[in-house]
Amino acid sequence: MDGVGNVIEGAELPELDQEFARKKNMALLPIMDTLLYNIQRQGKISFYMTAHGEEATVVGTAAALLPDDEVLGQYRELGVLLWRGWGIDAAMAQCFGNEQDKASKGRQMPVHWGSPQHHFHTISSPLATQIPQAAGVAYALRRDPARRGKNCAAVYFGEGAASEGDFHAGMLFASTISSPTLFIARNNGFAISTPSSEQYFGDGIAARGAGYGIDTIRVDGNDVLAVLSATREARRKCVESGRGVLVEAMTYRVGHHSTSDDSFAYRARQEVEDRKRIDNPIARYRLFLKNRGWWSDSDEDELKESLKKDVMRAFKTAEGLKRHELSDIFSDVYGGEEPLNLKEQREELTQLLRKYGTVWEPWKAELKKFKDNGESLLGRSK
Amino acid sequence: MTAPSIASTARAAKRLSPSTLSRLSVARRCNSTGAEPPPAGGHLPSIATSKILRTTREAALRTPGIKWLDEDGNSPLQNTIGGRETRKMNLYQAVRDAMGIALAKDDTAIVFGEDVAFGGVFRCTMGLAEEFGRERVFNTPLSEQGIAGFGIGVASMGQTAIAEIQFSDYIFPAFDQLVNEAAKFRYRSGGQFNVGRLTVRTPSMSVGHGGLYHSQSPEGFFMGASGLKIVVPRSPVQAKGLLLASIRDPNPVIFMEPKILYRSAVEQVPIDDFELPLGRAEVLVPGADLTLLTWGTPLYHCETALSLLAEPPASLAPLVPEALRGARIELIDLRTVLPWDVESVIESVQRTGRLVIVHEASRTAGVGAEIAAEVQSRAFLKLLAPVRRVTAWDTPVGLQFEKFIIPDAIHVLDAVMETLAF
Ligand SMILES: Cc1ncc(C[n+]2csc(CCOP(=O)(O)OP(=O)(O)O)c2C)c(N)n1
Ligand SMILES: [Mg+2]
Repeated sequence: MDGVGNVIEGAELPELDQEFARKKNMALLPIMDTLLYNIQRQGKISFYMTAHGEEATVVGTAAALLPDDEVLGQYRELGVLLWRGWGIDAAMAQCFGNEQDKASKGRQMPVHWGSPQHHFHTISSPLATQIPQAAGVAYALRRDPARRGKNCAAVYFGEGAASEGDFHAGMLFASTISSPTLFIARNNGFAISTPSSEQYFGDGIAARGAGYGIDTIRVDGNDVLAVLSATREARRKCVESGRGVLVEAMTYRVGHHSTSDDSFAYRARQEVEDRKRIDNPIARYRLFLKNRGWWSDSDEDELKESLKKDVMRAFKTAEGLKRHELSDIFSDVYGGEEPLNLKEQREELTQLLRKYGTVWEPWKAELKKFKDNGESLLGRSK
Repeated sequence: MTAPSIASTARAAKRLSPSTLSRLSVARRCNSTGAEPPPAGGHLPSIATSKILRTTREAALRTPGIKWLDEDGNSPLQNTIGGRETRKMNLYQAVRDAMGIALAKDDTAIVFGEDVAFGGVFRCTMGLAEEFGRERVFNTPLSEQGIAGFGIGVASMGQTAIAEIQFSDYIFPAFDQLVNEAAKFRYRSGGQFNVGRLTVRTPSMSVGHGGLYHSQSPEGFFMGASGLKIVVPRSPVQAKGLLLASIRDPNPVIFMEPKILYRSAVEQVPIDDFELPLGRAEVLVPGADLTLLTWGTPLYHCETALSLLAEPPASLAPLVPEALRGARIELIDLRTVLPWDVESVIESVQRTGRLVIVHEASRTAGVGAEIAAEVQSRAFLKLLAPVRRVTAWDTPVGLQFEKFIIPDAIHVLDAVMETLAF
C-alpha cells in the first residue's frame, strides 16, 4: 500500500475477505491506549505504555498467527491479546491490578499482560529475556506431537532490546537447535531516548539474520497488509522448516516511551506530527478499505462510538473494584510445599497488622483497598 | 529460626531489667521533635523535613569526614571551610555535580550508559553531553553486559569509566562482567592489571509503585564478590562526596543511588571538589540503648520510627510503653555495604547491646544476615537481645502489596520496641 491506501503496482494482496479485513480495523487498540494513558495521567493507574504508531505492526502480525501460536511479548503488544479476544475487561483489570487481574494478581506494573488460554506468556520487565525463552518454547512445540509442524513460538522485541545478549542467544539457539521461532522485531526508531542510529551501526535487525542462518524479511510496519503477508509467509516457513525466521517491521513510536517519559526532551514535536500525518498506519488502511467500498465514514463513526462506550464501561467497572486478597503477598512464590520462612513471615505480618492495622494510618488506609480488607491475614487463626 | 512474636505492651515494660529501665527513663533523644505529638502518618519527619539532611551552608561544610580536593592537587589540602560556597541541590543534581567535577578534572573520564546523552531517565547526566561533548558522554546500545564489559576495558587501560545501569534491577545481565571480571581483575593478573577506575552507578531501592522490577535492592547479591565495593548514599552531600571517592578509589565500585531520594532529598551541597570516606559508617544519632543500622532510603523510616518511639501520636501511644520512650537509639548509616565497617558497628553494639538492621531487600541471605553473623560472633557476650532484621519478605515486590512488603517506620518501631524489651 502507498501512503493513501492504494495497492502499489506489482504488489500482491494477501488473501483477505471483507469480514476479515473489517475485523482488522485497528480501532480498539488506540482507543484503549488513549484512555489508559489519560487515566494514568490522572493518577488512577501507576503506569502505561501506548502502541501509538505501531498498530499495524502489532495487529498485522497478530492476524497472521494461528490463535494458538505461543506468543512472547515485550510489552507493546496488547493488540495481539485483543486480537485473540482476551477482552477489554481483562486488560483494564491488569492495569488496575484489581481482584479480576488474572494476569499478575496485581503484582506487576500495568502492561505486563499474560494469559495461558490465549497462548500469551506473561510479560517481564527485564528486556530481551523472552527471546531465548521463545526458542525453548518453540523446541517444546516441536517435541509435542500434537503441535509439531502446526504451531510456532512468536517472539516480539524492540530494536533496542535486540542489543541485549539474550537476543543473540535466542537467534543462535533457534537456528542451531532448530526450533520454530518467529522473531518479530518492532523497529520503532527509539529505545526510550536513544534513536536507532545510536543503537546499531549495521543495517538494522534484519541484517543480523543471515549471520545466524535465519531467513529474514523486512517489512513496512505501517502497512498492515504488507505486515500480514510477510508474517504469514515467515510463519509458514518457520513452521514448515521447524527453524527460526526473522521479521523486522519498520515503524515509528508516535507516543512517548511511557507515561514516565517526555519525548520532546529528545525529539522534535514536529517530527512526530509529520509522522502521524504522512505515514499513519490506521489512516492508510482505512483508505484502502474505503477504496474497496468495504468501509465508510459512518461505519467508522459507529464503530468508534461503540468501542469507546465499551472501553469506558470497562474502565468504570475496573476502577470500582478492589485488589486481590492481602495474603496473595505470599502465594505463588513456590509451588508445592511452602517453605518455613514464608509461613513465618506471613505470621509476622499478621501479627504486625493485628497490632497496628487500625492505628497506623498508612496501613489503615491501604488495607481498605484489598477485597478482603486484609482479613485473609488478620482473620487467620493462630 | 522462628519469627519473633510481637510482644504485648505490658510484657515489654516488665521484661526490662531494672538497670535498663533507669537508664531509659533518664535518657533524652537528641533529635526529638517539637512538643506537639504528630498524628500517625501525618506530620511525621518526612524526607522533606528530615533532620538527617544538612540544609544550611554551615552544616553542609561541617559534614563529618569531608576531605577537600582543591584545584591544585599538589598544594596541601585546605581544611578551612571559610569562603567555601554551597548550593541547594537534590540528589540527582549532586550526582550530576560530582560527575561534572570528575569530567572537568580528569581528561580520561567518560560517562556512558543507556539514555545518558539526553540526561538519563533520572536526569543525573543532564547537560553533561553538551558540556563535555559526545565523545566523553554518550549513549550505549541497550546492553548491560556490554556497558559493564566496555567499562572494564576502558578502566583496564587506566582511564576513568563512569557507567550507568538504568535500574539496579537490570544489573543482572552485567553480573558476570562485574563478579567474574571486575572483582577479580587485580587478583588474577597478579596485581598487574586492575579496573579500579571503573564506577557503575545505578538507581536502586523502592519507590512505592515499582513492582517486581523497579524496586529491588540487589546489593546482597554482590556480597561474595570481594574486589568490588558497594556504596549507597543517603543524601545529596553524601552522594557527591561518596561518588567522587568511588570514582577515584583504586577499586571498582558499584554505586547504588536510592531513586526515591533523587528529588525528595535536598541539601546545601558544597560546590567544591570533596570526598567522603568509603568503608566508613557514620553515626547520625548517638545513643546508648540500641544500635539501629541501615543505609539508603530506610534511614528516613528509621528517623520516623525514632520519633514515633519518643513521642508516639495518640493513636499509637497505647502500644508504646512509657518506659521505652526515653530509650537512646544510635542510628548508623552503613554507607559502604561492601566492604562494610565492621569495627564501627561492633563498637556501637558493644556499647548498646542491641542491634536492629533494616534493609529493603528480602531477608534470606540479605546483607543483614552477614552483619548479624559477624556481630554475634564478635559481640556475643555483650548482646542483650537477638540481632533483629527488619527487611522485605522473601517474596518478589508485588506492586499492589508494596506497602506491606517493603519495611516502613512501623516495622522499625515494632522491632526496636521488641528488641529493647527482650
Ligand atoms: C534489561 C533491561 N535494561 C533496561 C531496561 C529499561 N528499559 C525499558 S524499555 C527500554 C527501551 C526499549 O526499547 P525497545 O526495545 O526499542 O522497545 P520500544 O520501547 O521501542 O518498544 C529500556 C531501556 C529494561 N526494562 N530492561
Ligand atoms: Mg524501539
